[in-house]
Amino acid sequence: MEIDPFIFRLSIFILSIFVGYYVVWSVTPSLHTPLMSVTNAISSVIIVGAIIAALASSDIGKIETSNIFGFLAIVLAAINIFGGFLVTQRMLQMYKKKKKNKK
Amino acid sequence: MISPNLSATFYLISGILFILALRGLSSPETSRTGNLFGIIGMLIAIIVTFLSVGNFSISLIYVLIFLLLGGAAGAFIAFKIPMTAMPELVAGFHSLVGLAAVFVAIAAFLDPEAFGLGLPLNIKLASLIEMSIGAAVGAVTFSGSVIAFLKLRGIMSGSPIVFKGQHFLNLFLGLSIIVLIYFLCQTQLPTLFWTVVILSFLIGAMLIIPIGGADMPVVISMLNSYSGWAAAGIGFTLENTALIITGALVGSSGAILSYIMCKSMNRSFFNVILGGFGGDSDSDKKESSKEQKPVKSGNAEDAAFLMKNAASVIIVPGYGMAVAQAQHALKEMVDKLKKKDIKVSYAIHPVAGRMPGHMNVLLAEANVPYDEVFELDDINNDFANSDVAFVIGANDVTNPIAKTDPKSPIFGMPVLDVEKCKSVLFVKRSLSPGYAGVDNELFYKDNTLMLFADAKKMTEDIVKNLD
Repeated sequence: MEIDPFIFRLSIFILSIFVGYYVVWSVTPSLHTPLMSVTNAISSVIIVGAIIAALASSDIGKIETSNIFGFLAIVLAAINIFGGFLVTQRMLQMYKKKKKNKK
Repeated sequence: MISPNLSATFYLISGILFILALRGLSSPETSRTGNLFGIIGMLIAIIVTFLSVGNFSISLIYVLIFLLLGGAAGAFIAFKIPMTAMPELVAGFHSLVGLAAVFVAIAAFLDPEAFGLGLPLNIKLASLIEMSIGAAVGAVTFSGSVIAFLKLRGIMSGSPIVFKGQHFLNLFLGLSIIVLIYFLCQTQLPTLFWTVVILSFLIGAMLIIPIGGADMPVVISMLNSYSGWAAAGIGFTLENTALIITGALVGSSGAILSYIMCKSMNRSFFNVILGGFGGDSDSDKKESSKEQKPVKSGNAEDAAFLMKNAASVIIVPGYGMAVAQAQHALKEMVDKLKKKDIKVSYAIHPVAGRMPGHMNVLLAEANVPYDEVFELDDINNDFANSDVAFVIGANDVTNPIAKTDPKSPIFGMPVLDVEKCKSVLFVKRSLSPGYAGVDNELFYKDNTLMLFADAKKMTEDIVKNLD
């Protein structure tokens, strides 16, 4: 009997949880706020589903309800992607070693 | 149009880049490269999706317009937001991920063909379960984050809202959602799907309203975790590896942060979830506040004198410092002390602030080098060998009662051993207790000098007196 592809996806999922567990414990506590904003940005990769939903069409030129939900989701996810990565970058920039302090 | 195998490989690559993005955060030096990896991963995922859909009609232009609209709004927020408002921002962003997950799940339910999940009203069973779970978790994340946002922003009162039968109502809602998903799988009725979504919105709000302001670090971390599980649920529906990997990463990251926060407050996760903490019904509070104990209070001159003659000073910042925007004045004070060859370090309690790591960001913003900032475990032994502890805007996290009085609601919570310092300077507006509603014994110690003033004002005055 063939293995259901779902099992493969489940394996990826479970293994990723373990990877996440070890990677996150190694994050230094002083960077926990950037950690939250960057996890927030990457979870917006859900935009992939939004793009598929927005571009799907059974009839060319006709906009279905599902397309509208796709477009709305694109806007929401895009706010998060740009906002999340940029605010993380802004914070991390502050953690740069400052040389001018050695006066 | 690229083949599904090729696009799946690219999704895997962006998943790995996301892992590297988190891995980079293990030190401030590597963190910026990590963030770059994250951005590249996201770019790859988006471009591959465009190529795999292969629909380059007029709608593509619309998609790009919407993407840039959202992106511009996001960029604007990211540059404008003050660092003190990070907790609200993150809560707000979580709500967007949640809502996006709901919308994608709805789109998949309405047009399953586009995602290769079967026909409308005849969706593959596994996909139907996955999309309802994704929609439900997304909806909970959305409404929960909205409530958290309102509480953090101060639009809604931070005190817990509790009523009789609350837990039963939540339990009932939760069970109904599970039963409805079961029937949805049997019948494929759209009405059931919509009911699941609506009930999930409701339960998300219900879960957060009983949780008090002091527990917000846990709530934010928990919602972070939920947003990850929602993404993973959608990832299973869309059979997309990038989403599954990311969802798992974010889910476990949020869960770990919640665990760290709970541990730092010595509270169990369920205790926080069931809520009600931080209200004003604590009996201990009334008991202790009745006694009038003598307090030594001083002014900026006294404080400056004490610090000038010290060899080492430890600064203990808390949320009050953030509220008063005193971090820049504080940095100025520390610079003056350092010029006098006084050793200065910062001690940060894990729950100082309204979200994990919040204080560190605020200090970094004020140009405090991160190697002068220490976590609780790394610095707690140094208090005994230091001359002055300067507590600014922190309260409960310094209360020695957590070590001595088993009856106290904060008993067992790890605290900073501030009282072991030769002298303690405590900047505070009044003697009022902190969020936990517990009187702080530290106020009445012989070696404590209370500085009653606004944190920023007081720090500026001390700076003047240091010359």
